[in-house]
Amino acid sequence: MANDETSVPPDSGRRNFLNWFLGTTAGAFFVAVTYPLSRYLIPPEVEESTAHTVTISIKPQEVKANSGQIFRFGSQPAILIRTPNDELKAFSAVCTHLACIVQYRSDISQIWCACHNGHFDLNGKNIEGPPPKPLEEYVVNVRSDQIVASKRG
Amino acid sequence: MCGAIRSSRARGASIVMEIQSAKHGKLWLWFDERIGLSDFAKLAKKKEVPLHRHTFWYYFGGMTLFLFMIQVATGILLLLYYRPSAGEAFESIQFLMTEVQFGWLVRSIHSWSANLMIFAMFIHLFSALLLLAYRRPREMTWLSGGGLLGLSLAFGFTGYLLPWNELAFFATRVGTEIPGVLPVIGPFLRRLLRGGNDVTGATLTRFYGIHVAILPAFATGILGLHLFMVQKHGMSRPPSVEKNSGEKKTMPFFPNFFLRDLVGWLCALGLLAALAAYYPAELGKKADPFQSAPIGIKPEWYFMAMFQTLKLLPSHIFGIEGELLGVVGFGVIGLILIAMPFLDRNASLGKTSSRLAAAFGLLLIVYSVVLTYLGYTMSPTK
Repeated sequence: MANDETSVPPDSGRRNFLNWFLGTTAGAFFVAVTYPLSRYLIPPEVEESTAHTVTISIKPQEVKANSGQIFRFGSQPAILIRTPNDELKAFSAVCTHLACIVQYRSDISQIWCACHNGHFDLNGKNIEGPPPKPLEEYVVNVRSDQIVASKRG
Repeated sequence: MCGAIRSSRARGASIVMEIQSAKHGKLWLWFDERIGLSDFAKLAKKKEVPLHRHTFWYYFGGMTLFLFMIQVATGILLLLYYRPSAGEAFESIQFLMTEVQFGWLVRSIHSWSANLMIFAMFIHLFSALLLLAYRRPREMTWLSGGGLLGLSLAFGFTGYLLPWNELAFFATRVGTEIPGVLPVIGPFLRRLLRGGNDVTGATLTRFYGIHVAILPAFATGILGLHLFMVQKHGMSRPPSVEKNSGEKKTMPFFPNFFLRDLVGWLCALGLLAALAAYYPAELGKKADPFQSAPIGIKPEWYFMAMFQTLKLLPSHIFGIEGELLGVVGFGVIGLILIAMPFLDRNASLGKTSSRLAAAFGLLLIVYSVVLTYLGYTMSPTK
């Protein structure tokens, strides 16, 4: 009798198969629900503007010495600066720290981020505060009364 | 024989019904028979609140719940006028504030109640931490509370964007950039949160869905669990009190403690009404993704300590980017806080002195207060 109780029941193979079957079905169901759900939550890639050159809608004479203005470089904000030495420069306006939009401060002649007090010099180099990298600099060309900014390289 | 027993039982039951109907009335009886009101009455009678010199701190859980209920009610009202798109969100709130009767009041209550709720929740959290309420068998209560804290911060963060004003725009740009600094998964997380590569109308719609549907769904479940655990285990008696007093004094929850709770809620409501009426929520300028961040930009006060930390961290520490260290640091602090019942072996063994929780709790309070103070007082341009 004792032997009978401990021995494997005759239908255990069938039971194991059914359990395995049920388990894989449940697993397949889980994947069938979570896969589309997770794909749904990830936003689709939208074509980013790959423009290398933009014509800025600001006239050269509108930018006074020791001042700066934000302009659009494709879908990203950029900053156009006329330095105290009357030189036109352009940089990405996205702070390399936590992506705030920087501004030009005429009182210290620096590019400055108001969010976490990051400072950049007039070459875009991070000189003070938390930003870890310099701002990307664009090449500026003035063609009659148009300013054209383009990415390097 | 059987018939006699049955009839005497029936007589007994009818006598009980008569006594109850004399006490409660027919309507009560009708409902009691169908949904078991007397079970709830028994439950309410059974619940007791420990009385000792720290009993005061028990009021803050209920107060958080009260303010949460106000959030649900005013949030539903705001839904009737709000339009979740970049083109219309700011204008719809402008309309609400200027044209809709008492629109300014409903929005101000929602905004102030959110702040008071987070404040009450922090008091509740730190009192539970310092009175070692998380120890066995209340680990699940602590964990569910941690979940609710996380949800509340997420409510605050997502709700902040919805007016689509300048402050909201930059707070969200920075806030969603924070997980973005993590290696490997960072950029993916940032995209997932923003609904794209940048903070745009897609982010607003996404945050709206999270704020009014996803977070409430989770909050309902976790709040239910939290309240059930409090009901199951009762309120925790601090070990220092447990050791010292031989006699365990208690107070019935219903109506004694509940009425005191109501007094607290009334005080909170008074404060809320005064704040909402005298300092209505502002709207500011509409968000413009091609404008520099305004001078003096700052987040809600409960994110101020983190914001100020990120501001003060240098660009590189031992060759690692400062903000990455900061973000990982916040994560570690959060994890230690959540895992306290499992880290603090002393308290779970029933010992009264638990230096870990006290040291950690006090340090966290001092750090947050100092950094928040600095955040509000340091010159924004220096």
